[in-house]
Amino acid sequence: MSDISPAISRFSDLANPTRFLALSARLIPWLAAISAVLFAIGLYLAFSTEGDYQQGDTVRIMYIHVPAAWLSMMCYTIMSMSAIGTLVWRHPLADVSAKAAAPLGAAFTLVALVTGSLWGKPMWGTYWVWDARLTSVFILFLMYLGLIALNRAMDDPSKAARLTAVLILVGFVNIPIIKFSVDWWNTLHQSESIMRLDGPTIDAQFLWPLFTMALAFTLLFFTLHLMAIRNEIWRRRIAAQRRLAARMAAREE
Amino acid sequence: MTALFLRDLKLSVRAGGGALIGILFFLTVVAVIPFGVGPDLKLLSRIGPAIVWIGALLSALLGLDRLFQAERDDGSLDLLVMQETPLVLTVLTKCAAHWTATGLPLVIASPLLGLFMNMNETAIGATALTLLVGSPAITFIGAVGAAVAVALPRGGLLVSILVLPLTIPVLIFGVSATYAVVEGPQPFLPPFLILIALTLFFAVLGPAAAALALRNTTD
Repeated sequence: MSDISPAISRFSDLANPTRFLALSARLIPWLAAISAVLFAIGLYLAFSTEGDYQQGDTVRIMYIHVPAAWLSMMCYTIMSMSAIGTLVWRHPLADVSAKAAAPLGAAFTLVALVTGSLWGKPMWGTYWVWDARLTSVFILFLMYLGLIALNRAMDDPSKAARLTAVLILVGFVNIPIIKFSVDWWNTLHQSESIMRLDGPTIDAQFLWPLFTMALAFTLLFFTLHLMAIRNEIWRRRIAAQRRLAARMAAREE
Repeated sequence: MTALFLRDLKLSVRAGGGALIGILFFLTVVAVIPFGVGPDLKLLSRIGPAIVWIGALLSALLGLDRLFQAERDDGSLDLLVMQETPLVLTVLTKCAAHWTATGLPLVIASPLLGLFMNMNETAIGATALTLLVGSPAITFIGAVGAAVAVALPRGGLLVSILVLPLTIPVLIFGVSATYAVVEGPQPFLPPFLILIALTLFFAVLGPAAAALALRNTTD
């Protein structure tokens, strides 16, 4: 295997679950610690800076709501990349990654929906409107639940993984719809104010706490994702050991 | 391909009235609504297009699990996967046959239900037209769900849960095009063209994804 480039061989090294377990065991404490520190800084900044002149203190909901919404989409993107990994390269950890990410994505989407709803009541006067972005994020939540249900409905993990991967890729059409829904349809939800070509229109005073919180959330996600992958690997090993033990017991009789 | 199309069509028409049951379900769903919201004719004519669309969507989902299940049961699915014609084309043909057998009757039945909903002629025409171009998209999306669910022992309910979120854009643009004709200051053409675009887009994506899923279930 001398002809493959070092980058690819490094990537395929990770396909060995034992190596992955060793690497992730070293990574997780660091990721968790940095995430905790960032959360401390971000929350301190979020509560020490002034409220918005118009929205008052409720603007602080943003520091939870926006990172959760970002992560709900990033998690689906990671699941889609894992799905490609499952279908194209049959990477043994890709389907574990997709399976582990789905409940996390559902949780972050739920957080984004709930905080958005709590923010919407004082700002828009209603908990829920059928606006383009709200609806498309709600659909995303339903899709996460459907994917989890589909994955659990089958016994054979590799078959379940490949079928779920197909559906993940089909469902990816929703992500650009969510991203651009506020630009395409002029509705109640405010339009994009951070990832703009002409620079963020949001005040720097809000941008820094938001940025810190987003980074903290992202690292939290990766910590939880790695831990979930480890759990899934162990669970499969235990299942394999059980099958082996059962076979041995059957032979002895 | 023509042979497969005709075979599927004959099967679904003769095998215990798949199309008929779909229409009956459609009728029942639409007939239940006035009991729920009250027999106010003005209100009914206002929400009529939406109700007809939702009814059609639900009854289109009803027959979806039959799309590959029978072939799976008698083993001919493996032959379809192994034959020389690309599986994507086979799936596309099966979708077309399925739509002709279950979707088209819904479109034809929709004017009658529009009358029940006290809709005027333009509203009925617009609903039927949007259903005609929009309902194939539902079949193509549903094919993915049906292909994924073949491996499941009882996948019917799961198909609906997986497919419904993906069909929401079709529903949105179908209903908004109809409303544009009936009430709106908004023009009819943009949502209608988006509806056609959705159908064409899913005509490409749906069979490809369904073929991928089928290949993965059989090996």
